[in-house]
Amino acid sequence: MAEMLSVKNINVYYGSIHAIKNITFHVDEGEIVTLIGANGAGKTTTMHAISGLLKLQSGEIDYCGQIINKMPAHKIIRLGLAQVPEGRRVFSGLTVQDNLMMGAYTRKDGKDAVQNDLDMVYDLLPRLKERRGQAAGTLSGGEQQMLAIGRALMCKPKMLLMDEPSMGLSPLLVKEIFQIIRDVNRQGVTVLLVEQNAKMALEVANRAYVLETGKIKMEGEATELANNIEVRKAYLGID
Amino acid sequence: MQFLSNLIGGVSLGSVYALIALGYTMVYGIARMLNFAHGDVIMVGAYIVFFTFCSGGMHPLLAILIAMAACTLLGVTIERVAYRPLREAPSLAVLITAIGVSYLLQNGALLLWSANPRAFTSVVSVSPISLFGGQLTIPGNTVINVAVCLVIMVGLTLFVNHTTPGHAMQAVSEDRGAAQLMGINVNATISLTFAIGSALAAVAGALLCSSYPMLQPTTGAMPGIKAFTAAVFGGIGSIPGALLGGILLGVIENLSKAYISTQVSDAIVFLVLIVILLIKPTGLLGKRRVVKV
Repeated sequence: MAEMLSVKNINVYYGSIHAIKNITFHVDEGEIVTLIGANGAGKTTTMHAISGLLKLQSGEIDYCGQIINKMPAHKIIRLGLAQVPEGRRVFSGLTVQDNLMMGAYTRKDGKDAVQNDLDMVYDLLPRLKERRGQAAGTLSGGEQQMLAIGRALMCKPKMLLMDEPSMGLSPLLVKEIFQIIRDVNRQGVTVLLVEQNAKMALEVANRAYVLETGKIKMEGEATELANNIEVRKAYLGID
Repeated sequence: MQFLSNLIGGVSLGSVYALIALGYTMVYGIARMLNFAHGDVIMVGAYIVFFTFCSGGMHPLLAILIAMAACTLLGVTIERVAYRPLREAPSLAVLITAIGVSYLLQNGALLLWSANPRAFTSVVSVSPISLFGGQLTIPGNTVINVAVCLVIMVGLTLFVNHTTPGHAMQAVSEDRGAAQLMGINVNATISLTFAIGSALAAVAGALLCSSYPMLQPTTGAMPGIKAFTAAVFGGIGSIPGALLGGILLGVIENLSKAYISTQVSDAIVFLVLIVILLIKPTGLLGKRRVVKV
């Protein structure tokens, strides 16, 4: 399968901290790839480097044959690379529907097409439809996570960067969110997933990278890593 | 009846404060900075109306439109040249820069137009309204000030709440990073905010000098500070807050002038501000902003 995203030898500083140390990985079209690792391993920094919110010290990021690491964030999304940020970051003062429409901010393909996708998102996430007129700040954590996913889907992405979608959610909701990730992927959206919940992430992903203190420690097929003794000890809590 | 007249005078002055306060509050809400040069943009707008209308004899509406266009350009240029390079700098640096820009505009005006006060002719030609068999007269300026302020408030509220650029402004105000992830150009949104605020400053300048017909390079400074106070009073970042704060400030100022003392009326205004902020630190309509870690 064709390589969609290719991250080559990137170094990123977060303030004075050398957060990402020369990491390289790639995502193929149609895949779900996960980056797992503990708090502070550099997962979110990697995501922000890809989406353009953080600048690289060195290295290169290619997406669909274009070098994107010099582009501003608001242009990268126009290439169909959307991010569901850590902590949802929905616009709490806007209604659910207005939040979704913000996701379609860059679209130029007409009202009907946007309306179609709005209906599609409401089909996928029916709870958002019930709450369409409500301010996003009044939603529960799980609903806000769904809204953040729906909002990213509204730009018609080819690839979705998902940063800790399970954070702070009950086990039942976590299951639901991961089912949504599978559904989204089945509809042809490539997914790069960052997770602390390694168990769920390895279940849903095709391939995985283990990130430790800014470096890639291991990589491989998700099922393979799920059976790896080191991974099981460190991230799955199984001896 | 005298009281009512003073009250209406306060509302009139307050409407102008509210228009100026909008510029402060929108820029603060979206760019997270205090643009202390805003008051001086008002002065520039007033001078342009002076030269085009008062001494140039142009139609007042055309004169105001020219002033709005010029102030928009001025405001956007100030943002581009002085504030944008400091986007990631500590807020203190931006604040000092804004004070510097304020002095630059005042001294520039001094150089260009001299310190001599100019007698401003009112842009308003509406006849006064007489009520209660002539016991109460509402001046034409007052009618226009209040009407213009209300129309602009309603228009701006509709714009912010019901259009895509308005939603983009709210998004940038709430979470700049997330707004960028939506594809919103933060710099363009901030420029738009400065453009709107500065265009309104030109209107405010024309109205202010029509009510208080003396124009000099420092004309904008005090109303600017008072309108900033009004914005804080109402809750900085809030559009209805700017309206409420502006009107209240105007009324308090006018009533203190009439019933307590002309000399200490400004002191009373600021005293009320201090008391309000002690009781409600976010201002009357301000929301508490949760700082994210």
